[in-house]
Amino acid sequence: MQSSTSARRGRTWLQVAPLTITLVLFVVIPVVMIAAVSFFSFDMVIGAQPDFIFGNFIEVLTDRNTLNLYGTTLKYAALVWAITLFVGFWIAYFLAFHIRNLLIAIGLFLLCTVPFWTSNVIRMISWIPLLGKQGLINQALMGIGIVDEPVEWLLFSDFAVVLCYVNLFTLFMIVPIFNSMARIDRSLIEAARDAGAGRLRIMTEVIVPLSKSGIALGSIFVVALTMGDFFVVKIMGGGRSANVVSAMFDDIGILNYPHAGAQAVVLLIVVTLIVTAIMRVVDVRKELAQAR
Amino acid sequence: MSRDKKSSCGGVDKPSMKSVSRRTLLKGAAVAAGAAIGSKAITGFPTIWAQELKDITITHVGMSYSTIIDIAKQASKDLGFKVEMAVTDHPGFVTRVTTQPESVDVADGEIRQRLQIVPRGVIQGLDTKRIKLWDKVTSIYTKGEFAGKQISRSGVSPYEVMYLDSKEGTTFHDGPTEWATMLPGVYNADTLGMRPDLMTRPIESWAELVNPEFKGKTAIQDIPEIGILDAAMALQAAGKVQYADMGEMTKEEIDKTIDALIELKKAGHFRALWNTFDQSVQLMAAGEVVIQSMWSPAVTAVRSQGKPCVYQPLKEGYRGWGNGISIMRHLEGKKLDAAYEYLNWYISGWMGGFIAKQGYYISVPETAKSFLTEDEWGYWYEGKEAQKDITNPTGDKMENAGAKRDGGSYEERFSKIVVWNTFMKEGVYMNKRWNDFRTA
Repeated sequence: MQSSTSARRGRTWLQVAPLTITLVLFVVIPVVMIAAVSFFSFDMVIGAQPDFIFGNFIEVLTDRNTLNLYGTTLKYAALVWAITLFVGFWIAYFLAFHIRNLLIAIGLFLLCTVPFWTSNVIRMISWIPLLGKQGLINQALMGIGIVDEPVEWLLFSDFAVVLCYVNLFTLFMIVPIFNSMARIDRSLIEAARDAGAGRLRIMTEVIVPLSKSGIALGSIFVVALTMGDFFVVKIMGGGRSANVVSAMFDDIGILNYPHAGAQAVVLLIVVTLIVTAIMRVVDVRKELAQAR
Repeated sequence: MSRDKKSSCGGVDKPSMKSVSRRTLLKGAAVAAGAAIGSKAITGFPTIWAQELKDITITHVGMSYSTIIDIAKQASKDLGFKVEMAVTDHPGFVTRVTTQPESVDVADGEIRQRLQIVPRGVIQGLDTKRIKLWDKVTSIYTKGEFAGKQISRSGVSPYEVMYLDSKEGTTFHDGPTEWATMLPGVYNADTLGMRPDLMTRPIESWAELVNPEFKGKTAIQDIPEIGILDAAMALQAAGKVQYADMGEMTKEEIDKTIDALIELKKAGHFRALWNTFDQSVQLMAAGEVVIQSMWSPAVTAVRSQGKPCVYQPLKEGYRGWGNGISIMRHLEGKKLDAAYEYLNWYISGWMGGFIAKQGYYISVPETAKSFLTEDEWGYWYEGKEAQKDITNPTGDKMENAGAKRDGGSYEERFSKIVVWNTFMKEGVYMNKRWNDFRTA
């Protein structure tokens, strides 16, 4: 008896070990190191020095620049979240409920992933010749005679940044929502219809509640990806906008690791709070377990 | 920002078709120049040494504008051991050299970056006696003089960070010693780039960068230490800010500069702030901007696309910059010998000829002469009219016969340096304020 319990316990340990080791090595230790560095002192000439000061945090938290940075970051995250949710939801809905043939649905779903066969950077940069002052869109607009001067806000603007994020991240919304919609028992919808529910009521009382876990997962992906990116902001914003991560990148450029570390710790807390809030609204784990 | 544009500017990943023809041409030039400074003569080691060195790999780390694969290929061919190039951006360079010094053998960075690298003890003093052509190295670096006159000391001038107290020294020595921090490499006099075809009048002053006339049609580089100098040159010329020493600004001067920049940015003056060389080419070639901060090879790249672009000499003078190659401290024995061989090769001519075609000068110009045609030498170094079409390093045509280099000769350009790329004492504050500009 005893030996079989300990054997079982041993097996359990073995089963959780790979994930635990990976997480400790690649998540816990780096985060602890970043947190440690954020208390170091910094000098332009000699660089980061082991120390225990709160100066970096005080600077991050009192600098009015931080507010601007978070303002921009959250603005992008909110806009991108709202747009990808809208677009992603309807694409997933179409795939899950309007395409009767599963094979075609999967085929169309794969089609959504085609752009992802090439790199993020290429997909992003391809927008530039399209949106520029002498780009295709402006040439067309001027050719038709809608505008006399090229439209400048198409490129190197918030518009360009958000457009690019939506292009890059919508799939991360489609996949989980499609996944949870595909699990919805079709007889539920029939039952609702038989009970006299209209399209709107079916949507709000059957489909949306049952897709909640997918929406929550997609939201976590999109928000975390948007808040963690700096490259799109740098390139599509033409260097004129900055977010929290691009500021960190600039800190690292002058080897100011402590300041970047403090920024990273603050950002980590903010993102954790957002993710927790999403999890509070939707208990993803419970929903997934139920669905199974 | 397509792939082919990128390759045309630095020759980074150009297919070999064109380089073959160029190389054939260069080979011809080399023969004509005689083998006096050919690879064999400069190695200085008996054949047995050369044999032993052949398994060695030297990793050259630097920025895209000077860390070019063609150079490594030619060096490997001439020297018999392998030279590899690893490209980083400006911040990445200092990060790699200081945090992973073992992954670097020779570090090819900007003069001003010595201030970040040398105190950290990651490089070793360069024994000037082992550099055969040391006496011929330009006095801009070795003596702080040019054409017999003292060159500007504003910013980080090469001479100030040229020498060490000892081989293992981590502080700079005022005046020549046997130990140098670096082998002087490529350098240039920078100004603003512009598109004359999209402008209605000639441009003569840095002030035009902040002239409201060009609202929405200008860009400035987003590398704070360099960008702030471009801004300062412009603001001073426009009479908006006065500096006691532009290369070493006070907090107040930094504030005034950044505040002026923020005001301009809010008014929509800057179309973009660019980070990479490619972006600056793209901005200019696409006509997004007509006047901006620019580097010389970017101008070359725009011209190679058939778009007129000039590196306009301006009356206030130039912003100078330069590179140097340091040997990392961990090198010893045969690897160190190989590094010295490579450095000797670097200034022996081929490299100077190659890099001249993207508008840069080499620290021993006379050796480059034998690797350029008389016409090319006349165009790039002497400011003479080109007799034949001028090609860029990858062999693409970039200038018609009859053209003259913007700003004239080497002498004319270098006698007008007013400030060097810098690394200010108030650097942390400047970077913090520059962030305000970025987010404004």
